Amino acid sequence: MTLSILLVVSAALFCIGLLAALSRRHAIYILIGIELMLAAANLNFVAFWRFSSQPQQPTGVMVAIFSIAIAAAEAAVGLALVIAIYRHYRTTNVDKLNQLKG
Amino acid sequence: MSIVAFVLISILTLAGALAAATLPKLIHAALSLVVTFLGVAAFFFLLGAEFVGLVQVFVYVGAVAVLIVFTILLTRREATAADKFNWRGAVVAIAVFAGLVWAILKTTSLSIAAPQIPALTVKRIGEVLMTDFVWPLQCVGLLLTAALIGALILVMEEKRQ
Repeated sequence: MTLSILLVVSAALFCIGLLAALSRRHAIYILIGIELMLAAANLNFVAFWRFSSQPQQPTGVMVAIFSIAIAAAEAAVGLALVIAIYRHYRTTNVDKLNQLKG
Repeated sequence: MSIVAFVLISILTLAGALAAATLPKLIHAALSLVVTFLGVAAFFFLLGAEFVGLVQVFVYVGAVAVLIVFTILLTRREATAADKFNWRGAVVAIAVFAGLVWAILKTTSLSIAAPQIPALTVKRIGEVLMTDFVWPLQCVGLLLTAALIGALILVMEEKRQ
């Protein structure tokens, strides 16, 4: 197992997240896509730490831990926004949220 | 690191992610997302970062997935409406994937085997967290508090006049 095959897997995970974020119109699918992209980024950080020449310095692991914490905050605020939008407009389809459109 | 485990975890993770992105029912997509998160946690275990794998399971499977399921149940009235799949997004995703794979396979310095490394203990992580990374830790604490208060304010019921 080399680093490049691991990076290919992580790139595939990222692009599936991109697919979910770009091609679905339901707000929760978009949040799921963003979570997938963040997980792919974390996988990259840990992989680069594992294959680095200085593994006694756990910087990549630290960045992954902080990134997980920030992703949790992002999910909480994003889902709260989805609930607030649903209360106001009775929909979660992002195509129908076009009141600010000129 | 065994090749068989790597291939199995890759298939599990990518299949879960693909199901989460394409399944028409939202609740099925959320459960596939749980499978994907477990697969990523297994990757962390395979790479020797056991602590990150445990944090991944606790935070994502324990908190984020439950939060997503709760939101789906709270906004369910419209969840069954047809969500047409936009194929332009698929074209963009495949193009990005092709570009990334081309760049990765072209870089010869990336095709290295994993070196033997000493195990990363939780003690070492705690030491680093309290010395080199103490300011980022404080900032993350502040950010989590702000996110908690912000999420609460967003979903609070508006007062009727």
